[in-house]
Formats: sequence, C-alpha cells, structure tokens
Amino acid sequence: MADPHAIHDQHGHAHAEGEHHPVGWKKYVVIGVILAIITGAEVAIFYIEALAPVLIPLLLALSAAKFILVVLYFMHLKMDHAIFGRVFWAPLFLAVLVVAGMVILFKVLPKYGVFS
Amino acid sequence: MATAESHIYAPATHTTKKRSVVWDWMTTVDHKKIGILYGVTALFFFIVGGIEAMLIRIQLAKPDNAFLSPDVYNQLFTMHGTTMIFLVAMPISVALFNYIVPLQIGARDVAFPRLNALSYWVFLFGAIFMNFSFVLGAAPNGGWFGYAPLTSSQYGPGLNIDFWVLGLQALGAASIMGGVNFITTIIQLRAPGLRLMRLPLFTWMTLFTSFLIVTALPVFAVALFLVTFDRFWGTNFFVMQAGGDPMVWQHLFWMFGHPEVYILILPAFGIISEIIPTFSRKPLFGYAVMVYSGALIALISWGVWAHHMFASGMGPIADAFFTISTMIIAIPTGVKIFNWIATMWGGSIRFTTAMLYAVGMLITFTIGGVSGVMHATSPHDLQQTDTYFVVAHFHYVIVGGTILAVFAGLYFWFPKLTGRLMNERLGKLQFWIYFIGFNLTFMPQHWIGLLGMPRRIYTYSADLNLEALNMLSTAGVPIQGLGVILLAGNIIWSLKRGAIAGDNPWNAATLEWATTSPPADHNFNQIPTVHSREPLWVEAAQVRATTLGPIEPHMHMPPNSYWPIFTAVGIVATFILFMTNIWWMPLLGLAWTVIGTINWAYEPT
Amino acid sequence: MATAAIEQHHPAHPPTATGLDTWKVGFWVFMGSETLFFGSLISVYMVYKGTSVVGPFPSDVFDIPLTSISTFVLLMSSLAVVLALEFLRAGRRSLALFWTMVIIVLGATFLGFQAYEFTHFYHEGLTLGTNLFGSSFFVLTGFHGAHVTIGVIWLLMLWVDMFRGRLRPENSLRFEIAGLYWHFVDIVWIVIFTLIYLME
Repeated sequence: MADPHAIHDQHGHAHAEGEHHPVGWKKYVVIGVILAIITGAEVAIFYIEALAPVLIPLLLALSAAKFILVVLYFMHLKMDHAIFGRVFWAPLFLAVLVVAGMVILFKVLPKYGVFS
Repeated sequence: MATAESHIYAPATHTTKKRSVVWDWMTTVDHKKIGILYGVTALFFFIVGGIEAMLIRIQLAKPDNAFLSPDVYNQLFTMHGTTMIFLVAMPISVALFNYIVPLQIGARDVAFPRLNALSYWVFLFGAIFMNFSFVLGAAPNGGWFGYAPLTSSQYGPGLNIDFWVLGLQALGAASIMGGVNFITTIIQLRAPGLRLMRLPLFTWMTLFTSFLIVTALPVFAVALFLVTFDRFWGTNFFVMQAGGDPMVWQHLFWMFGHPEVYILILPAFGIISEIIPTFSRKPLFGYAVMVYSGALIALISWGVWAHHMFASGMGPIADAFFTISTMIIAIPTGVKIFNWIATMWGGSIRFTTAMLYAVGMLITFTIGGVSGVMHATSPHDLQQTDTYFVVAHFHYVIVGGTILAVFAGLYFWFPKLTGRLMNERLGKLQFWIYFIGFNLTFMPQHWIGLLGMPRRIYTYSADLNLEALNMLSTAGVPIQGLGVILLAGNIIWSLKRGAIAGDNPWNAATLEWATTSPPADHNFNQIPTVHSREPLWVEAAQVRATTLGPIEPHMHMPPNSYWPIFTAVGIVATFILFMTNIWWMPLLGLAWTVIGTINWAYEPT
Repeated sequence: MATAAIEQHHPAHPPTATGLDTWKVGFWVFMGSETLFFGSLISVYMVYKGTSVVGPFPSDVFDIPLTSISTFVLLMSSLAVVLALEFLRAGRRSLALFWTMVIIVLGATFLGFQAYEFTHFYHEGLTLGTNLFGSSFFVLTGFHGAHVTIGVIWLLMLWVDMFRGRLRPENSLRFEIAGLYWHFVDIVWIVIFTLIYLME
C-alpha cells in the first residue's frame, strides 16, 4: 500500500495539473502586468476628481478583479481540483458577510432609526 | 502483572515502566489516546463546573442570601459558563471526534496527527492557566460573554479579565487547529467506496461543526485581541471617551457566539443519529435530509447572531431581520427531530442506557427548542431577555441536548474504547436520577424568569415571591450530583469489572464496530472497501474479512513526537507573558513557539 | 537523511480519497479560516472609520503614492513566487534560487516601507492609543505585517533548503504551500490598500 510509487502517483498527479501549461510562466508574467496596470488605474482614479462619485464602486470592482486574478491564477485555484475552492470560497463568503454586516449595522441602519 | 486497566491502555512500547508510559502519553500522536486525554480532561472540568453551579444554586436558594459575596458570585457564574462551554462541552465533543471519526471513515489516524496533539496540549495548558486564577482569588468575573466596557482596565481592574482574554485566546487557537484537522481528515482519509453520502451522520456533523469552528473562532480571536490590546497596550477599541462602541464587542462576540452554540449541539445531533438507528434496528430515516438539514443549520447559524442583542437598540430593521432568520433556523432543526422519531417508528426498540439518554435528549432538547423559538420573536424577547427564562432555555438545549447526548455516547462507545460494557442496571438508575434532577433544577426557571427574576445577579429580594421556586430549582442540584457520582462510579466499576464487549456488542452498522474493542494502534488490519451506509448491516462479512483479516504488511504509523507538547508550552506562554506588562515578553513565547515549529517541520515522520 | 527530508511532509502514505495532497487541502482550509480573521479586523476599521474624536486623521498622514509603490512591490513578489515555483518544478535550480531571493527581497522591501510608514505616522503623533484610527490601523496592518514577516522567514528557510539541495522537484509541494501563504498575504493587502487607503 505505502510503496514509493503511490507517493509519486500523488505527486505525479499534482505535477500533471501544474504541467498543464508547459510555458505557463509567461502567462503569469502577463497576469502580473495586468495586476500592475489595475493598481495604476486605482491610484489614478483616486486622484481624478471627476470620478469621485463613482470612486467607491470602481475601486471595489478593480480590487475584486485583482483579488480574483491572484486567487484563480497565481494560487492556481482555477486549474486545481474543485475541493480547494470549496474550502476557501465558503469561509471567504462569510468574511465578506462580516464586513458587509458590520458596515450595514453601524453605518447604514442608524439612518433608519434606532431605539434609544 | 498487568491489571485489566493497564492492559487496555498499555502503549505499544511493551514496557510496564511507569516513566515510559507517561512519556508515551505525553508524546502520543494517536487519535485514540488524544481522544481519551480530551475526554478525561473534559469530564474533570465537568466536575469543576458542576461544583461552581452548586455553589451558585446554594446562594440563590433563598432571597437576600449571604452565602457568597457578590464578587465571588461573579467569578463563579463567569467560570461556570466559561468552563462548561470551553472546557467541557467543546472538548468532550472533540474527544469523540478524535476517537470515533477516523474509525468511522476507515482511516488509521487523522490528517495531521502532531497538530492533533498540539491542540490537546494547548487546550490543557490554557485550561490550567485559566483556573489558576482561582488560586489568586482573581478568577474571571465579567460573565462568559465578557461585555465591553466591563472588561476594560477601568471597569475590570485586576487580573481577572486578563486571565479570561488570554486563556480563551489560547483555547480558541487550539480549536481552530482541530477544526482544520478534522475537515482535512474527512475530505482526505475516507476508505475506498466511502463517498460523502455514505458517511455516518456523526462524521457529517463533525464536518459541519469543524466548518463552524474554523469560521467563528477567528472572529472571537479578533474580539479578544481588541480587549487584550485595550488592557495591555492602551488601544481605544472600547474606550468610550475615545469613541469606542460597546456594540462592536457585542456584534463580534455574538458572530462567534451563535455559531458556537451550534458547535455545541451539532455533535450531539450526530451522536443521537448513530444511537437511535442502532437501538431501533432500523436505518436512520431520511439520511439525505438529515445531512442537508445539518448543512443548512450550520450555514444559517451564521445569520442569526444578533438575536442575542434584541435589547441593545439596533433598530427595527435589524430586529426584524434577525427574528426572521432565527425562526427559519428552527425549521431544519425541527425536521431532524421528526426524522429521529420516524427512525424509531416501527423499529424494534431496545432501551439500553444509551437509548434512554438519546430519547431523553429528544424530549429535553425539544423543550429547549420551543423556548428558543419564543426568544426568536424580538418583542417577546424584550420580556424574556436577561431573565431566568433564558437560563432555562439554554440549559435545556445545552445540558438537555449536548450533555445528555454525550452521556448517551459514553454508554454507547465505552465498550469500543475499553473492551468492556458499562453496567446497564446502574446506568439506567443513574439516568433517571440525573434526568429527574436536571428537570427539577431547570423547569422551574422558566417560571422564575417569566415572573421577573433577572439573571446574572447574586441575590434577589424576598418581595419577588420566588423563594419557593428557587428552592425547588436548587433541590435538583444534589440529585444531579448523585447522578453524576453514580456515572463516575459506573465508569470506574466498568473499567475493571464490566462485561467483555467484543467487537460489536450493539450490532451497530458503522465501521468503528468492524474492529476490535479497543482497536489496535493501527485501527484496522486492512482498510476496508465499503459500498453502503451501513456496512456492518449490509456487507459485514466482506468488511470484517479485511478489517479483522491479515495485517497489511507495510503500513506506516506516525511515530510519537515531543514537538507538539514543546510547542504548546510556547503558544500558551506567549499569552501568559502578556501579564508581565512588559511589551516584549510575549515575543519570548513566540520565539519558543517558532523553535518548536521549525524542529517539528524538519522532523521525519 | 535526505530521503527522510524529501518524504517527511507526506504523512498520508496511503492514497487519499481525493488523490490530492493532504497538506495542500489542509492549508486551503487554514487560509479560509484566516479570511475570517482579517475580515473581522477590517470590519472593525470600517466601523470606526470617521469616528476618531481627536487627530491625526487618515488624510493627515496617508501617503498614497508611497503606499502604491509598496503595494506594487508586494504584487510583484507574488509574480516572483509563481516563477520560482515553475522553475523549481522544472528542475532549473539557479533560476528557482534567483526568483526565491527576489520574493524575499521584495517582501523585505515591503516590510521596510511598512516600518517607514509606522515611524512616519508615529512622528506625526499617531500611536496605538492616540485615537480609534491609530488603534484600528496599527492593529490591522500590524497583524498583516506580522504575517508578511513569518512569510519572509519561511521563504528564507526554503531558500536555504533549495541551496542545499533538500528542496527539489519531487518535494516542491513544500514550496508551493509557502507560495500559497505568500499569495494569501498579498490578497489581504489588496483588500487593505483599497478599503483603508484608497477609499479614504
């Protein structure tokens, strides 16, 4: 059962997944460049007065894009087995809920009246 | 000459020198030994928490009583809650996760055996640290829920709250590590053929509980850090003059605290789901629904937390939202109750002690659930909150739910752990005594609460006219105490004189019963292949031919290691060293932890 | 000895139910848990945003251009991780060593920027105890910085292992997991940079 081949199979299996794209490293450089561009865009938007009304949704969208790019590609989640994603996205969903919930409870709802 | 007891617990090192037995237990990474360590420790703290409860009830038996001072009372009710939740209910569930889950999934151990050991030692050292506060007369005194700013340096001077925030931080870390371990174990180490929808319900509930642990405990960790930094490093999170908001604590605490109570009850649901089918000689009714309802309960439990805060002035929108979500969570819970009953319906029922406890749990948990639904409605809750009605509710669900289920599990799995059956006659007697005592203590508290007695107070006026009911409630305590003493006696007696159990004394269905009692270190001679949910009812001969057949020749069992206990010292020391009030002292504990971790990482396994 | 080091992180010797590596599964679970930790810290910052009774306030001390550079540095270090891992797996040892050192240098640079920023804020009169901004900012970014520090130490140790030939294509999983940790620390910073710095 515990023969060296078994270990190599596990490894080999994981290896095969990574080797899906033999010239993969170039693709990652492209993603790195995209990330740099998005960061530059975020900083630019920060300084452009005209965009102030849509600053928040724009920034949220751009940083979400960076977040997803790093998770899906750099962390290889898109190409890996679905189970890795399941154990990560579910808690992340709750984390977003925590932030959103706290912001709503403390910043939004008080506008609609509290009991004193 | 080895006694029956040492024969059962003797390590594989084949010596009877006391020193090597101690060292073996200190360096063990075997899930079965770690399970026993957790279980014995939890049962010890059950006695400690019970004594704390007894003292509380003596004080409250009469109005204007002076048996305990207010300060001592505050320490006792705080530690009673903290102990029962963190040092009893959680670890006893973890004890069963540890012992039973690898066996149920046909594995030889958990995914990370050394991490498993680390969790235990951090738990033990943290528990000792917290209780050491009693020696200094400075036990935590801010309630188990530690509301800010009562926990600030200004309103909570002294060491009491320091012990609380630092000790619980360590315990929380241990829980998270365990949660990661069990999720990974259940995903990775299932036997061939054991698809997820063939898993025993106890294993499913372990998975859901572990999901709640790894998501809720980090929130608690942050909340505790905020109070810790306020107390030691001068931050302002809960300093009112700086704009600090007590509601921040409440929301963070209950975001943890509500999933926490589901962490307490889901394992109990799992235990019952194994026992009732076994003693009804029928498969669990509605297996898939039981799995999905468990998942739903876990998920929804994250959406109900502020029902603990209906009296905090969140506003009507928040109140309405959490009322609705809390009512919704009652549905999958109710579904489970019906499915357990349906399992028994038409079955061939044997009322062993385990079954008595399981059925008793159904009744008392349902009573607790009904009072819970009453709390869900926020207008109702404004009358009920902070009264003894709440105390009645949660004791019915935690004691009537979790503890009764744990006792059921004890009677059920004791033969597997020890090779001997517990005494059934004493068991049934002990069940009735404990059951009656429990109901006598907590049923009157529904009335006491609705008639206006607040909770968390050290005494009350005779004008409330609640002396008789309080006395009745206190009268249940010695009866419960007798029940617990008889339980302890049964355990001790049965260890030496219980009838030999054999592999499967209950003719149960799942894989833990497909090996010897107790199992060998390696659990199964060969890992079985399964094709059903009830392997020992459907394919026993095939399964047992492997599990009890020729031993697999080249299996690798993880060796003992002292790095977990070494690293545990570092982790707990990091928190204890905050109390020196020298900012860099905790870094020494961190350094010790790092040394332990690095050595651990490079240790051959 | 070398064999032990290569095999030492494979505790699950029998084949697993999923065919995946147990350490990798466990590590993703752990990272899921950590999102809740940082999410809670971020929520505290967001709740207390704009409620400080006294200054300094964020707009008094934040240096967006500087923090943009440190953000860029950390992002590029994630790219370096991916490259280092690819080269390690391909058996190209010198390139793997080079890019691993790049991660370490960039990570240390990020920490340098953080140290500079903390010192600068301190000189502007912002400490842990000055106001709610100081408390929530330093605790959040302090925990993040501590995570980066752990990552730098971890990668240094892996660099040494690579140099000594103990980290090879066959056991590259150890590096992959450290890489995942590093990426995680990076995505937390992505969120912090946007919510805390840019949305001010």
